[in-house]
Amino acid sequence: MHLGHYIELLRHSQDVLSKAYREVAAAHPDEPDVRIDCEKFAEQIQRHSDRLAPVHTRYSGESQNEPERLLSSLFHGTRSGPLGLLRDLHDVYLVASECDLAWTLITQAARGARDTELICIASECDGQVAVQLAWLRSRMKQAAPQALVVER
Amino acid sequence: MHDRIADVWGPRTPYSPPAGDGRDGWPVRQDEYLSAGVAPADVERWVQTASVLHSNGDAYDFAVRGGAIVGVRGRPDDRVNRGRLGPKDLFGWQAISSPDRLTRPLIRVDGRLVESDWNSAMKAIVDRATSLLAETGGWGRIGFYSSGQLSLEDYYTLGVIGKAGIGTPHMDGNTRLCTATAAAALKVSFGTDGQPGSYADIDHCDAIALWGHNVAETQTVLWARMLDRRAGTDPPRLLAVDPRPTPVAREADVHLAPRNGTNLALMNALIREVIHRGWFDEQYVTTHTIGFDDLRRVVDSYTFDRVARICDVDVRDLGAAAELLGTADRLVSTVLQGFYQSNQATASATAVNSLHLLRGMIGRPGAGVLQMNGQPTAQNNREAGADGDLPGFRNWENIEHVRELARLWNVDEDTIPHWAPPTHAMQIFRYAEQGSIKLLWIIATNPAVSMPDIARIRAILGNEELFVVVQDIFMTETAELADVVLPAATWGERTGTFTNADRTVHLSDKAVEPPGEARADLDIFLDFADRMGFRDRDGAALIPWRDPESAFEAWKQCSRGRPCDYSAMTYEMLRQGSGIQWPCTAEHPAGTERLYGDGLFNTDPTFCETYGFDIASGAPRSPTEYRAIDPGHRAFLYGVEYEPGPETIDDDHPLLLTTGRTVYQFHTRTKTGRTPQLDAAAPDAWIEISVPDARNHGIGEGDVVRITSKRGSIETCARITDIRAGVVFVPFHYGPWKSICDTSTDTSHRAANDLTMSVWDPVSKQPLFKVAAVHIEKVAPTDGSPSAAPTVGGPRPLDEAVIQPTIGGATALASSTSDAGRI
Repeated sequence: MHLGHYIELLRHSQDVLSKAYREVAAAHPDEPDVRIDCEKFAEQIQRHSDRLAPVHTRYSGESQNEPERLLSSLFHGTRSGPLGLLRDLHDVYLVASECDLAWTLITQAARGARDTELICIASECDGQVAVQLAWLRSRMKQAAPQALVVER
Repeated sequence: MHDRIADVWGPRTPYSPPAGDGRDGWPVRQDEYLSAGVAPADVERWVQTASVLHSNGDAYDFAVRGGAIVGVRGRPDDRVNRGRLGPKDLFGWQAISSPDRLTRPLIRVDGRLVESDWNSAMKAIVDRATSLLAETGGWGRIGFYSSGQLSLEDYYTLGVIGKAGIGTPHMDGNTRLCTATAAAALKVSFGTDGQPGSYADIDHCDAIALWGHNVAETQTVLWARMLDRRAGTDPPRLLAVDPRPTPVAREADVHLAPRNGTNLALMNALIREVIHRGWFDEQYVTTHTIGFDDLRRVVDSYTFDRVARICDVDVRDLGAAAELLGTADRLVSTVLQGFYQSNQATASATAVNSLHLLRGMIGRPGAGVLQMNGQPTAQNNREAGADGDLPGFRNWENIEHVRELARLWNVDEDTIPHWAPPTHAMQIFRYAEQGSIKLLWIIATNPAVSMPDIARIRAILGNEELFVVVQDIFMTETAELADVVLPAATWGERTGTFTNADRTVHLSDKAVEPPGEARADLDIFLDFADRMGFRDRDGAALIPWRDPESAFEAWKQCSRGRPCDYSAMTYEMLRQGSGIQWPCTAEHPAGTERLYGDGLFNTDPTFCETYGFDIASGAPRSPTEYRAIDPGHRAFLYGVEYEPGPETIDDDHPLLLTTGRTVYQFHTRTKTGRTPQLDAAAPDAWIEISVPDARNHGIGEGDVVRITSKRGSIETCARITDIRAGVVFVPFHYGPWKSICDTSTDTSHRAANDLTMSVWDPVSKQPLFKVAAVHIEKVAPTDGSPSAAPTVGGPRPLDEAVIQPTIGGATALASSTSDAGRI
């Protein structure tokens, strides 16, 4: 039984993601949509983590032998300027993708474990992460031509 | 004769719902105003036009004598106003002949704007544009910020220049500030922009709901229509949602005054009640909508008790409002800035659409939604593509739509920007701030006063690195910051069409010559296109049209087959009759009163203007996801959770500011401030404060008050009113420019937009002007006189006996004539 480990991985990614959202929001105060929406997304991810906490506790007892190199971190701080914004959002997108993928795999596992509570939480939270990914992708698509071609 | 400054709505002509022959029954009342000393017999010509100082689209004729406009009269056969005129229609034309019109091009030399000539001014612009375009990514260095007051022909020409000549996505209008949410709400609910309802629905309805819409001051003639129904037999019930005690709120049977920024919570509670009480049309919902289960799930927690706390309204009033909405047989809703410029704008405006869909109240006489516009030709900007949208409500994500335009214009499809969402106004200014946009062309708008956080906007425009072109009729606060100023002709001096908020198209003919060297906007754009040498794929001129009518003919081809189809409309038809509603096709040559009467919406993936969004965050839905939904011509319902606004009150900023309008002014007063009757009625800014807030701060009528937000502070005089406690109001019209009647000693610190913030709705990108936290303090007692606020409209004083009423006097007397004679 390694589901507990994967939930731990997801919660770690959530910590990284909510922190990354907050840092990006703070690093780009003159981009109001980035500032406000990234703050909201940070709170949303925090709520996901809180909802996952009791499930995590439930499974952590059943999980032994921590696997090799379970956790990694995809975010290493913010940058400034138009290109910096694009790179920051790009990084955040990767962390959010990690959450999204972890949710997908945990949902599969939850089905195997016949855990309807976890299936329900996963379905709601993963839907919200999908919206965040769509938002990030759209914001980057908006910024990319100007940052990569027009900016000198 | 009626003093139309004192009585801005004019005399009542009561009427009742039509007897069933299908024709609306609003009586004719022809309003007329002629300059002092001009008798009707002196008028040489009457030349048709329509309103440009509000969005109602009142049709009228200019009286011309000796090469000058000397008055106006309403067009009695027009479907919009039946001859009626509002105060800005009656008097506003006088600004056209104001002595301080711009008459020659100006160029900045050694820091000063000096008079020049057209060749030098256009050459300066073309040289700059050409050098920017010479490098890779040049398209991204040029931006256009236009208006809601040009003509359809102007917008379409500008749209083709931007999208097929330069190929830039950096085009928007000040429509972003006023109607972007109307467009967004219509698109996400019904598939494309385009008003479902008609003003004639007022004639048939049994209930009217005004959502954040002070129609009495923003569209006086539409309010007169509502008042006339209210004065007849079988009057419609009236619901007003507004934190201020507007004339609409005072007239309403039910008035809800929610805290700013809580509209969505209110809508969710009302929708919940309609569902719980079984007041929705189950068959309509099943057949014609998508998303009901999601909506029902989301609104379920918005009980009256909970929402009464969020909005600070009375539970009984919520019940009365829900009953009015839920039991009406023919409901008309209108929506404006109270929703569009507030927190969760698109979600709230869309909720009004959802309410109508739930009740099956779309597309039949008396049952309709009017997502209003703030400006006379905002609709044209949206449909012709001078903003970010593609012309004809085409979908930038649908490559077939892009190809249609590429074929029409005979250009490479990759020239037309469709690789990313169009750049909205606030983002255009951000790119200018960062220096990647280097040429910003501003047309017929004054962002140095009208945009949020204007200290920042002025700094951007004042930056020497940015080449600013301003095309306008007066030396505005924005023009003062320009590198080149182009003097434009205004309405009455050029020909073109205007489309109002209920899809009615009017022709405005040229009545007089523009002053000095001023030129029509269309001629300026055509000159620019010629000088730039924009070509199609075969080397022919990209823009072959030469005048308004040929531009209109070109637009008709672009609009053919799209929702805003003008293909069967001609200048001749518009001259022989009056306003015509699009779509106007071979099949419906007289135009179309209402959309979606058959319950079939514009949501087909091959036809829709957008694939939709997550309304809460603005995250777009992918084309694949959209096709998987298989809309099948059904409309969308959305359930969205209420969230508090981006700025809420705290100990340092305990009051909420809302900004807005007075009936006497329009935008930044460029025309209305130069109209003697209007200027005298509302010459300076003011702040509206509630009785308890005034008492807490020791503030009385006329006292000088400082209002401070995190952006800045302003000073103006107090008007104590019945506005809800905790909320203060400041009109946004007043910047540094000083009009003749303006008695302000210091005009540099009174602009409401020194207080507002750079934030916008996630879907419509409309700035949120109505949710800033502020604190107030008294800085000086009154000098004995009351504030400059008029006594008509929202700022009506509590104690009317002690403040002189706003009147116009001898120069504001206009006649009103019905079929039975003078009234």
